[in-house]
Amino acid sequence: MLSTVSEPSLATATQLAAFRFMLRARLLDDKFAALYRAGKIHGGVFIGRGQEALSASIGVSLKKTDVFAPLIRDAAGRLAFGETILDAVRTYLGSTLGPMRGRDGNVHRGRPQQGYLPMISHLGAMISVVNGVLFARRMKGISGTVGVACLGEGATSTGAFHESLNQAAVEKLPLVLVVANNQYAYSTPTSRQFACENLADRAIGYGIGAHTVDATDLSACLETVGGAMAKARNGEGPQLVVATLLRLCGHGEHDDANYIDPALKKSPLGRDCLKFAEEFLLQNKMTDAAQLAVWRSEALREIEDAVSQAQREPLPDPFTENWSAISSEHLNETHIE
Amino acid sequence: MITYLDAICEAQAHALRDDPRVFIYGQDVGAFGGAFKATKNLAKEFPGRVLDSPISEDAMVGLAVGAAIEGMRPIVEMQFADFSTVGFNQIVNQAATLFWRTGVPCPITVRLPFGGTSGGGPFHSQSLETIYAHYPGLIVLTPATVEDAYSMLLEAVAIDDPVIFCEHKFLYRHLKAEKLPSEALPIGKARIAREGRDLTIVAYSAMVHDALEAATELAAEGWEIEVVDLRSVKPLDTDTVMASVSRTGKLLAVGESWPWGGVTAEVIARVASEGYGLLDAPPQRLNAKDTPVPYHPNLWAAHRPTVRAVAAAARKILRS
Repeated sequence: MLSTVSEPSLATATQLAAFRFMLRARLLDDKFAALYRAGKIHGGVFIGRGQEALSASIGVSLKKTDVFAPLIRDAAGRLAFGETILDAVRTYLGSTLGPMRGRDGNVHRGRPQQGYLPMISHLGAMISVVNGVLFARRMKGISGTVGVACLGEGATSTGAFHESLNQAAVEKLPLVLVVANNQYAYSTPTSRQFACENLADRAIGYGIGAHTVDATDLSACLETVGGAMAKARNGEGPQLVVATLLRLCGHGEHDDANYIDPALKKSPLGRDCLKFAEEFLLQNKMTDAAQLAVWRSEALREIEDAVSQAQREPLPDPFTENWSAISSEHLNETHIE
Repeated sequence: MITYLDAICEAQAHALRDDPRVFIYGQDVGAFGGAFKATKNLAKEFPGRVLDSPISEDAMVGLAVGAAIEGMRPIVEMQFADFSTVGFNQIVNQAATLFWRTGVPCPITVRLPFGGTSGGGPFHSQSLETIYAHYPGLIVLTPATVEDAYSMLLEAVAIDDPVIFCEHKFLYRHLKAEKLPSEALPIGKARIAREGRDLTIVAYSAMVHDALEAATELAAEGWEIEVVDLRSVKPLDTDTVMASVSRTGKLLAVGESWPWGGVTAEVIARVASEGYGLLDAPPQRLNAKDTPVPYHPNLWAAHRPTVRAVAAAARKILRS
């Protein structure tokens, strides 16, 4: 294909890669939202509109051998870490060929043995699990890997957040905790969530590194998240990244988010990171409209293919399901139906 | 002589020696050797593998789950079973669901020093086997003897699933054995602790000893009591219980935990529904009182089932 764009530098290549994951995530999320409205998805749909720059920056900064515990708005980071669109679609549609086999759904997906940890719904609970993987790797003499756990600002109010961040600090683990302060935890504004001026100040109390970033700006996210990860990788201990943005959607697709302050939407926080990144790439001639159109149509085709494939795949069958919650089948209860 | 506590320490030493994937994580378990000395000298013998944790039960279990995903076999010591409720979320929602959700096993062992000793009060005396047994995805063990404390803990560490290992604080120093066992019943099998033909008492952990004492007392009155030691409450060996009831026709289930629901209720429910025709009298159960565990010995001794209470409950069934 013809392009007016010259061979990109490494930094540019990273930006372009991150942008593509943002775009793919946005289109994938849009598809899930459409399927939800059409009644094709059981349960909720949770999308990351507005958080793609931050999430993609995490994913592209991680190596495949690292550890990643994303949260509900991390479609971009998941794709960048190596999740396939098909895995995401299979989980939402309940295909037995997906990683969760219809036993868990939507954003609760992962492949633990590939360092991709499937979230439970209890916020803050994944941080100590990331700590555990890092702790075990250190015991096994594996060095140079980092672990990222993602949270919203609401999760900073949990006991699990405190316990696990303190634990990581005591053990000097290469943990990067990324807090997306998107101004609302479901409907609760930050004024009802915490009283400190800046969540990043909490890092002082734990004795760990702190970073803040404008999450509507992809370049800033790549630099800050990448920098925090480099520090953790270099043995400088846990790093807390607090990123500010506005959630450009409801908590889930069932939520019209009418509680969001209109003034916030008009503020710099309300800027759409995807649109801003696209303008930045075009203005700096890092890509062109033709290339963008190709990326978009490629992603759309892949998403459509994945949906039509997953819709033809076997769904879970209660009669053939192995109803065993433990792997040691000889220890199953024999008198419970 | 080897105590129940020594057996637990020895089993951990054995596991650490045999399997490089094993480590111990908990409050004061390192150089101090644990609040009850269940990890005495282990930090010295196994440097870097017996580690003090912050007072963070949630994060302790979460870390163990992460380490298990990475292929390790962590043992988490809760200082008291009571404090495991702070880590409850990680146990029942993270550890217990991992295999079902992902197909990746979660081989962690969480040790709960549990049960009453007088003076412990409401927050150092609880018996929590029931609430853990209620959740799918967990194995819940309640050894009653020195031999079982040793062999079942070793087996717990080897099991690929999360195990809640309930070790009774009263038995720690009270029980003694000549030597450690070389073989044992597998987990999931109950044990006939005493044979009899007139009444089956089903018990577990420390209550097995109260039941045995009550059986001795009743023997003087001419009754032959069979005592079944469940050993593991989940899985629950219903077959052994049912076989015993088929011999005796009468059932008393005894537990130290609270009366609402629980292991004794489960035993009664299973026998009543699957073995109704075996019963010559209504099955009965005996538990602690439905209050927090009291502090003062006068109250404490009356809160949990005593030998006298077990014997009285048995007599009532026998005479019915």
